[in-house]
Amino acid sequence: MHAVLFYILATLAVVGGLLMVSLKNPLSGAFALILSLCSLAALFAMLHAEFLFILQILVYAGAIMVLIIFTIMLLNLKKEELQEAPVGWIRLLLTATLCAVGAFGAIQVFGDVVPANVEMTTDFGNIESVGRVMLSDFVYPFEVISLILLVAVVGVVLLAKRII
Amino acid sequence: MIGLHQYLYLSAILFFIGAFGVLFRRNLLVILMSIELMLNAVNLSFIAFSRYGTGTMDGHVAAFFVMALAAAEAGIGLAILVMLFRNRTTVQADDLTLMRD
Repeated sequence: MHAVLFYILATLAVVGGLLMVSLKNPLSGAFALILSLCSLAALFAMLHAEFLFILQILVYAGAIMVLIIFTIMLLNLKKEELQEAPVGWIRLLLTATLCAVGAFGAIQVFGDVVPANVEMTTDFGNIESVGRVMLSDFVYPFEVISLILLVAVVGVVLLAKRII
Repeated sequence: MIGLHQYLYLSAILFFIGAFGVLFRRNLLVILMSIELMLNAVNLSFIAFSRYGTGTMDGHVAAFFVMALAAAEAGIGLAILVMLFRNRTTVQADDLTLMRD
């Protein structure tokens, strides 16, 4: 059951990713990416990461993708503006080979990893246990993240403003 | 039997699909979305390591930080894109040669 579900979700994630990089229209690509992100969220749930499962749906499939789709619709690109410069077969082949070699190498490296087979605690992955670690061991990175988000917000307002 | 390796293989495949998008496509919107896919692939391996490797929550916290950074990156990236589109009326990376000319 676990295996069947994993392969279905993995296939959906990979198909969504492939559609996203291959579709001409960025809006269709965005919807394909949402498919991929939602299957990844389900995979997080299968890994007992319930807090990150919720975050993935809320932040990624929700907020970030809404932002991207909103921008695509706001730009309202015409057909000729979406036309990419024609690429040679050589470049396509070279890029695809490079990425395939990279993926193959990564799989080779990952194949040597030995799982630790640790006992899973009952509170694994829920908000309480994640929050406990986040606000004790990782409290300084957590504060830095809030600073980064503040800087990002100010920067976005400054960039997107017509007249400063 | 699904274990750590299957999740890591999927993560590697998704990461390099995203890398292909960044390297091959010329539409800035698609490049941004490919970066999101790469960040998500890394998150998957963080969480898989947390589940099958350490058994602690450290991987989940790292994935949380990656998500927060991705949100900031998407916001700033899209703001830059909108600004570029306003000034140059293009979203193609090949047309943006201000620093070269």
